[in-house]
Amino acid sequence: MNKKEQKPLSLDLPRELLRKMYTTMVTIRIFEERVASLIAPKKEITTPCHLYIGQESVATGVCMALKKEDYVYSTHRSHGHYIAKGGDLKRLMAELYCKKTGCSRGKGGSMHIAAPEIGLPGSSAIVGGTIPISVGTALAFSIQSRDNVSVAFFGDGAAHEGVFYESLNFASLKKLPVVFVCENNLYCTHLPITSCLADPEIYKKAQIFHMPGVRIDGNDVVKVYKTTRKAVEDARRGKGPTLIECLTYRWLGHVGPSDDLDKGLRSKEELDCWVKKCPIRRMKKTLLKHGIITENEIDKIETKIRAEVEEAVAFARSSPYPDESDLLYGIFS
Amino acid sequence: MRTISFAKAINEALHQIIATDKQAFLIGQGITSPWYVGTTTVGLIGRFGPKRVIDTPTSENCITGVALGAALAGMHPIICFPRMDFMYLAMDQLANHMANWCYMFGGQLNVPMVVWAIINRGGEQAAQHSQALQAVFSHIPGVKVVMPSTPYDAKGLLIASVQDGNPVVYIDDRWLYEKEGHVPEEHYSVPIGKGVVRREGKDITVVATSYLVHEALKAADNLSNVGIDVEIVDLLSVKPLDEKLLFKSVEKTNRLVVVDGGWIHFGLAAEIAARVSETCLFKLLKAPVMRVALPNAPAPASSALEKVYYPNAGSIVSAVKKSLEKRN
Repeated sequence: MNKKEQKPLSLDLPRELLRKMYTTMVTIRIFEERVASLIAPKKEITTPCHLYIGQESVATGVCMALKKEDYVYSTHRSHGHYIAKGGDLKRLMAELYCKKTGCSRGKGGSMHIAAPEIGLPGSSAIVGGTIPISVGTALAFSIQSRDNVSVAFFGDGAAHEGVFYESLNFASLKKLPVVFVCENNLYCTHLPITSCLADPEIYKKAQIFHMPGVRIDGNDVVKVYKTTRKAVEDARRGKGPTLIECLTYRWLGHVGPSDDLDKGLRSKEELDCWVKKCPIRRMKKTLLKHGIITENEIDKIETKIRAEVEEAVAFARSSPYPDESDLLYGIFS
Repeated sequence: MRTISFAKAINEALHQIIATDKQAFLIGQGITSPWYVGTTTVGLIGRFGPKRVIDTPTSENCITGVALGAALAGMHPIICFPRMDFMYLAMDQLANHMANWCYMFGGQLNVPMVVWAIINRGGEQAAQHSQALQAVFSHIPGVKVVMPSTPYDAKGLLIASVQDGNPVVYIDDRWLYEKEGHVPEEHYSVPIGKGVVRREGKDITVVATSYLVHEALKAADNLSNVGIDVEIVDLLSVKPLDEKLLFKSVEKTNRLVVVDGGWIHFGLAAEIAARVSETCLFKLLKAPVMRVALPNAPAPASSALEKVYYPNAGSIVSAVKKSLEKRN
């Protein structure tokens, strides 16, 4: 996989959609780079942040194939999903500062991001934790005869959890409108996937439960989009769930802004190889080549996003912390 | 006044809940089985169909997450555990997810979900089919816990639990299923967080829940023959706890025996004893608070051992007598 030539992106999609994908990926990247700079050396952000740099194409490709009313559930690595689903940057940044204005009002921090207004009813820091919950939302949609789908984002580590298998079984048994999106970034915290799974081809687990499972290049945003679109169409038509395994790579370590190279957890060669396969640079090259976007427009997009991210930082900095009186608020509704 | 059994009261509550609340549904392992849940689910599948009455594989953790995810999409699930023991398989979804969900996201997402937990002990079922885990769940913030003792409360508290809009663990006891009592035919609720005085008395307060309320009543009858006048407080809700009612009774009697169907150590009885001791009631106490609960041992199979393992009217009588002998 690592050394394989990358295929050019397929471009039979509306120009606006392609540009939106690009913009979303760049937003995630710039946001996460800024967060990294605020964790170290500034130490302004101290909640544990699991950064999404390198995986932007997965959240983007999946969320572009969804309606606002579709639900996505996220994980400890949640910022990319929130941004791709259309979440407000200020409220996300404020949550990373654990401020009262944050999207979880300073109670969740980086690992517990929610934005129910855009169809993100929560993220869990327990590996595999939101997989059955997303199946339950799909069950609700099915009982309510709503034309919506539910998406579970999870990492390769979730494929080591029993609840993953229980959930695939139940979703397939009941033909529920759910899409399982496994972001296989090849590492479960510090351990490479080959040290965790007897058979590391996660997509194959779908076959056992009589549902479609595919492995795709997760750094190809168009491929992610098209694969998700097909899965979503099937789900909406009552054909049940699909498991999509997106092969990708996180450029940074499991948590925080370090790349973990100094800890000997992976090689520089491996990281460099994946940086070369940057999903954003790849999209940019293709869009430029086909005249879908110009260098000038790209500069403008980046300038605009940088300004938005700075606005979010200013908002977070100037926001109040929760009051002491908030401590016991929200245990129950 | 119509009289029906405890099991029938639950059954009637389920019928009325699913018929009147379009978002309500029942899910769980064994709910269409002829034996898992007694007669509590009779007629539901035939009346409401498999979309609203969902019997499931034995995937407890997944199914609990499924109920939670359905609640987050606006449904009002009731998830059934035919043995409370099986809830340990679902602890991640119950404790890490369901209980935390509202708070973790700043109170903006509510979880209208009922966890129907059945205690089914005795009958030589041993350690993994007999547990009463009210203390485990009461310990977790973000969860309410109710334990009805009469058919009237069984129906009213189940309806209230569904209407509450928060995670409620509704614990019943199979030993209560045959008990008969007055139950109105209409749809009604019993408030969560309110206990009742089952018997007024002046000498000592016995606080109990669920099946043990009936044992306490037997004990009180027995003790009245020897001139001891027992007041019995039935908590109905373990969490939130009706402190007002409890304190009022202890203020009157100045003596307290706490009866709980869970283990004696670190349990519900300890919590109640602590609450009384922490307040100014402490100086009113004429004797130390006594606990009647399960010994610190797993449930045995042998009926010879079961007889001494489970507290009953006899153990309550002994505790009351001891308390009356003691002086602070």
